[in-house]
Amino acid sequence: MVTRLESVDVVLVGFGWTGAIMAEKLTDAGLEVLAIERGPWRDTPTHFPTTFAQDELRYYWRHGMFQETAQDTLTFRNNRSQTALPMRRWGSFLPGNGVGGGGVHWNGQTFRFLPSDFVARSHNEERYGPLLEDMTVQDYGVTYDELEPHFDYFEKICGISGQAGNVRGEFIEGGNPFEGERSDHYPNPPLRMTFSQDRFAEASRQLGLHPFPGPAANMSRAYVNPLGVHLAPCTYCGFCEKFGCGNYSKSAPQTTIIPVLMRRNNFRLKTNAEVLTVQQTPDQSMASGVTYLDANGEEYFQPADIVVLCAYPLSNTRLMLLSGIGEPYDPETGHGVVGKNYCYQVMSGVDIFFEDEYTNEFVGAGALGMIVDEYNGDNFDHTGLGFIGGAYIGCWTTHARPIESHPVPEGVPSWGSEWKKAVRENFLKHTSLSVHGASMAHRTNYLDLDPTYTDRLGRPLMRMTYDFTLNDRRLTQHITPIAEEIARGMGGREITVNHRRGSYDSMPYQTTHNTGGTIMGSTPVDSVVNRYCQSWDLPNLFITGAGLFPQNAGYNPTGTVAALAYWSAEAIVNQYLRTEGPLVQA
Amino acid sequence: MAEGLSRRAALQLLFMTTTAFAFPQTLLSREYGRGEGMPWGAAAGDVPYYGIPDQRFFNADELSAVRAIAARLIPSDEDGPGATEADVATFIDRQMAGFYGRAQHWYMQGPFEDGLPTQGYQSEHPPAQLYRLALAELDAYCDANFGLPFSGLPENEQDGILTGIEDEEITFETVSAKTFFDLFLENTIEGFFADPIYGGNRDMVAWRYVGFPGARYDYRDFVGHNGARIDLPPVSLLGRPGWSRQ
Repeated sequence: MVTRLESVDVVLVGFGWTGAIMAEKLTDAGLEVLAIERGPWRDTPTHFPTTFAQDELRYYWRHGMFQETAQDTLTFRNNRSQTALPMRRWGSFLPGNGVGGGGVHWNGQTFRFLPSDFVARSHNEERYGPLLEDMTVQDYGVTYDELEPHFDYFEKICGISGQAGNVRGEFIEGGNPFEGERSDHYPNPPLRMTFSQDRFAEASRQLGLHPFPGPAANMSRAYVNPLGVHLAPCTYCGFCEKFGCGNYSKSAPQTTIIPVLMRRNNFRLKTNAEVLTVQQTPDQSMASGVTYLDANGEEYFQPADIVVLCAYPLSNTRLMLLSGIGEPYDPETGHGVVGKNYCYQVMSGVDIFFEDEYTNEFVGAGALGMIVDEYNGDNFDHTGLGFIGGAYIGCWTTHARPIESHPVPEGVPSWGSEWKKAVRENFLKHTSLSVHGASMAHRTNYLDLDPTYTDRLGRPLMRMTYDFTLNDRRLTQHITPIAEEIARGMGGREITVNHRRGSYDSMPYQTTHNTGGTIMGSTPVDSVVNRYCQSWDLPNLFITGAGLFPQNAGYNPTGTVAALAYWSAEAIVNQYLRTEGPLVQA
Repeated sequence: MAEGLSRRAALQLLFMTTTAFAFPQTLLSREYGRGEGMPWGAAAGDVPYYGIPDQRFFNADELSAVRAIAARLIPSDEDGPGATEADVATFIDRQMAGFYGRAQHWYMQGPFEDGLPTQGYQSEHPPAQLYRLALAELDAYCDANFGLPFSGLPENEQDGILTGIEDEEITFETVSAKTFFDLFLENTIEGFFADPIYGGNRDMVAWRYVGFPGARYDYRDFVGHNGARIDLPPVSLLGRPGWSRQ
């Protein structure tokens, strides 16, 4: 028995960053908006105040704010010759759950992709000739210049702390000389750096590189955003990623947008309610609304004039497949689009151990770091290298939470007295560099529905088929040695290089940057949505999130995810509401 | 007697309440909005899940083995305290008795296959059951080869057996010995370094040992340390000696 509810103008599926952005813009335009979130309500004083937010076991190791695999997980295999098995406990990535989504427990590293990242196929082919075989890299269909105002607005909503490098064509010392042209500075100055960043910056400059402060959603000073919401100065407590901020110092939907939304009469939010399908009109020309299940197991049909998918990319893709919208991708023929171009992030790094100096990395913040961008995107000449894309090299000091971080030099056993002593000797004297590499789309990396495993409701789990590609391997082999060279110049006793070799392993934590599956593009033949993030199949269905990325760049995705959501919201308000049809003719 | 019972009932009630907050899926769906503002509620704080301190999973033999294994993974020695001083065994016992030991939040539907190393935990047993089966096999192995349970063997023999399991030279019949070893090591490190509210890291011995200041949240005065040591006494979520009688 499905209960039919009264229709609303807009229903949002999921209520994290993009849900909050859409809700704010669409309620501001006068629409009646309902957000449906499968996790619980979360706010700072109730769920992560400073009296108990710093609980490493609870929030990270016992997944306090992540999706529970018991509720929904996916199966994984490296390639089609293997049998995919369920991810019974999370490892390499940690999907969020509840109000605020991953925006509650991110680090706050808030980059803009480079202008060339949005035209990765045409730009690289023009400069270097044809791409490697089976690379299904595509242009986004939207350009950096079109997104620029939206990057700028999100940075102001968040109060990003950073140093601009290129404002209206004027280059500024100390910023990123490679960044796309900005219309304005960051709203806040950079965070204060620690010993590790000072050493990294000095060693980088010795090599002729141009280090700049990582753009941080951690407040370098008290701040009031354009919506009138107040944020407080960061206290460098070292509990950002995987944790909520008790200080109102990290931008999250809760600390930037939700307090305003909750005062608007045309906004409603349902929690602990899981959307099951997007429904279509009988002629399959429009979305008619969504069905969802509440915590009592009651099923409802929520009609809506506009449906926006705002869940995590993996969930958006699965919802499209379960709803039968769009043609599922077939890696054999290359036909179909839903589930196509799943990408990730190619991470490597270097550990540096000091002898006399103390790094004291428990004094840290999620986006406290210095970065060099000489080897990112197409900032360097790839002629003869056999790969496209790149990586930033950064020295972040995010934390020294001891269950997660107790690094020891190479050759030390993994337990026993020798291990214990090495942990003690190095605990306060360690830092690391991270090589944050792009992940380029490949024909054989994709998402589809699993033929065997089902969720608690008997519906197929999603299946991920993914491994690092030739482009990935060449990229990481080329750039990791540069990080090694910087690390050697930092004055430590010894270093350990953590190469990215072998097959993708779904267990060790790498990063929660899962992209693709509902990609955007210029034609319905090779993308799920058009340049305004509007479904090619159902014009009143819009999709947000990193699932839109045709491939992933060498940066953290949130800045670009948010800019795309604002861009799409603007198109809904200024164009779609007038025409109620396709914004791009197929 | 009535007083004892009511105290127990109160503890159970407390347990049920904190459990409900710890497991969002047990909460009811709720609607917010319509301009009502942020839905802050008095006494709604989502306090940490401790379990009740006398909640235990292991029997006496199992507990002896857990103590002995943990003491080899993080030994007590001249350099400082180990798993024994930190009471890691109590931490693991309490974890196994709670939602973690039951794999309550994990996807545990079959079919079960061994899987590849890149596919992670594929045991059909939740952690507590995996421990129970593996500990029985470990003691049976030690009894068959040395005539004593694991906890009765000299340290060098114990180290040899653990190395054999880690290197997959010693295997068990009912469960993967390697899966057990990896999980045990993970849980031991958790118990050594977690906040003392969970029963391990007793008196914050592990934090003192490595120099971690614990659950502090304001280091603004220390950002410019410039490579000098910051030496702060650790603080737990329960505070620290001198702050309370805990």
